[in-house]
Amino acid sequence: MSHQLETALHPSGLRRVAIDTVSRVEGHGKVTILLDERNQVQQVRLHIVEFRGFERFIQGRPYWEVPVMVQRLCGICPVSHHLAASKALDQVVGATRLTPTAEKIRRLMHYGQILQSHALHFFYLCSPDLLFGFDSEVSRRNIVGIAAAHPEIAKRGVLLRKFGQEVIRVTAGKRIHGTGSVPGGVNKSVTLEERELLLADIYQTVGWCRDAVRLIKELHAQNPALYKEFGVCRSNTMSLVGAEGELDFYHGSLRARDGNGGILFDAVDYCDYAQYIQEEVKPWSYMKFPFFTAFGKRNGWYKVGPLARVQNCDRIPTPLAEIERREFIDYCGGLPTHAPLAYHWARMIELLHAAETIKDLLHDDDILGDDLVRTGERATEGVGVIEAPRGTLIHHYRVDEDDLVTMCNLIVSTTHNNQAMNEAIRQVARRYLDGCEITEGLLNHIEVAIRCFDPCLSCATHALGQMPLAVELVDAAGVRLHALSRNGDGAVCQPCA
Amino acid sequence: MSGRFTIDGKIVAFTEGQTIIQAALAAGVYIPHLCYHPEFKPHGSCKLCTVKVDGRHTASCTMLAQADMVVESNTPALNDERRTLTQMLFVEGNHFCPSCEKSGDCKLQATAYELGMMSAHYDHFFPKRPVDASHPDVLLDFNRCILCSLCVRASRDVDRKNAFALCGRGIHTHLIVNAKSGRLADTDVTLQDKAVHVCPVGVFLRKDKGFNVPIGRRVFDLKPISAYVDASAAIEKE
Repeated sequence: MSHQLETALHPSGLRRVAIDTVSRVEGHGKVTILLDERNQVQQVRLHIVEFRGFERFIQGRPYWEVPVMVQRLCGICPVSHHLAASKALDQVVGATRLTPTAEKIRRLMHYGQILQSHALHFFYLCSPDLLFGFDSEVSRRNIVGIAAAHPEIAKRGVLLRKFGQEVIRVTAGKRIHGTGSVPGGVNKSVTLEERELLLADIYQTVGWCRDAVRLIKELHAQNPALYKEFGVCRSNTMSLVGAEGELDFYHGSLRARDGNGGILFDAVDYCDYAQYIQEEVKPWSYMKFPFFTAFGKRNGWYKVGPLARVQNCDRIPTPLAEIERREFIDYCGGLPTHAPLAYHWARMIELLHAAETIKDLLHDDDILGDDLVRTGERATEGVGVIEAPRGTLIHHYRVDEDDLVTMCNLIVSTTHNNQAMNEAIRQVARRYLDGCEITEGLLNHIEVAIRCFDPCLSCATHALGQMPLAVELVDAAGVRLHALSRNGDGAVCQPCA
Repeated sequence: MSGRFTIDGKIVAFTEGQTIIQAALAAGVYIPHLCYHPEFKPHGSCKLCTVKVDGRHTASCTMLAQADMVVESNTPALNDERRTLTQMLFVEGNHFCPSCEKSGDCKLQATAYELGMMSAHYDHFFPKRPVDASHPDVLLDFNRCILCSLCVRASRDVDRKNAFALCGRGIHTHLIVNAKSGRLADTDVTLQDKAVHVCPVGVFLRKDKGFNVPIGRRVFDLKPISAYVDASAAIEKE
């Protein structure tokens, strides 16, 4: 049913309602809703209105500059881009295996990233909806309102994020846009003083993460029907899993399941991602629509991120988070849940896992080592895949014999979730808006569905070369002299006057 | 012959033949500069080292010190002019510090910090300057060239190779490679050449070594450029 809401059959004459811009998400996006005279929803779309272009302007730059440059895509999870690019370029410099110090420093950096990003998303961006209600008073539906009504929750959110940022600073050189990871390894390890600094707070951090899981479970228990049914969008899922099927944010192979949890593919070398995934361009968004090649555009779309990862893996390799994963799976009756609000529960389980992993790594003496970089036989191509906070992140580069980048392809986490987000808001629009007088509170339901996916809309705009464009030449009097437009398929045409 | 002069009220000693900037730096008085290098004859092109001597503007890298001169350098008016010159250098090239591996080791960036430059102020030129990656060990990124001619002087006077030159006039002046093809690979430049290491910005990059010094240990992470007696030596050591 929701597929019908992508494009209205007769859009002319419909009333247009826009949420512009969507608030409490990263980056800029908008939602448009077309309603008929009876307020029946006829069309719902999540539009990505930014245009970036990293894939093009990275071309012609030296490869070792890439991990530092591409992380400028984002200020929230730059480490994910920093490391995905580094992993791709490890292959270019022939570093088939990193030194133990290099791999563990990168893991520490990445799990610090997961911790701070998940804390930011849950406490700053989403907890106002969950604690006050979707249609609560808009003036207090923000982190300041949380600080006033639930000061301890707000404080913990701030301090959890701060701890994750400190882990990043120690490993990457600074909290945002560091330079710690280089092709073939890292440029620094951790000093004894830095380790002591982080160890001083890690046990309290783990405790607060356990409390965060407890909080989201309580919210589910208070209103189970809402959390199970709100915006449900059944789909395939995909994530990296480790060599033994365990949850692993840093490295692994690709695994995909269908909506019932059946395996679609498993143990796929991520370097072969292009054989499994294609991207569709639609004329109304700068964000592409990926799908599994074998299942086509209509049935091959999928979800990534915490909900996909926690249900896709066989186990979580830290004890407290594994207990929580089992409880979550049991709560869902052993079958995959496709409820967007369940993303928050899965995200808090991952938050706990990140904290536990950081604790383990801080006790590993390899992070103090000085064997930092490996190189080997040069290659001309590399693919790096990592599980970013929002889901699977793919970086793919080709490098010429003069060390310059000739091709760059990025499929970022939010892009994978594009169709899922659109489907979720169509479900919500149909359920809550159909036939109703539109209010701010009702429109916030749409935003709540989007926020579940923790989209990073600034990262996700990469349709360069194929994006739909309309160019008009207008004289001083405003009369159109000439016009050209390019469609989503790249075809250029001259629109009728 | 030797003597003394004052700079911003401080008495500075000099010996015959010393320029104002040489005597000032030796006495621990920082005068902002980019094209000046203690090992080379002055070029007088960047004008950042402009001071006032007895009330008149002059380049301190070319003006010989004389007894009883009254020199003004660290004044709000002169620093405003230096900041403007620095902003012009930034907009004339493509200086993208966030992804430049010379960040933290770059004299242009360090000077901008020293002068309190908060923005580029002027519209960027965005010149189109392709990199030269033809050499196996050295990459030339012309985007960052500030036309200080230090590589030209080093290649001519120290390396004895004459591998570089400034070509064109006025706003069209640009750095070229002295080879028929125009490519660095077709010169006899090597990684050991002084010209490769003397660049105050990020034109000359050693391949495969980018970002190998972590944040916190780069030259100007340790102390500001004004605290170095010889900042050129510090960045060349890296």
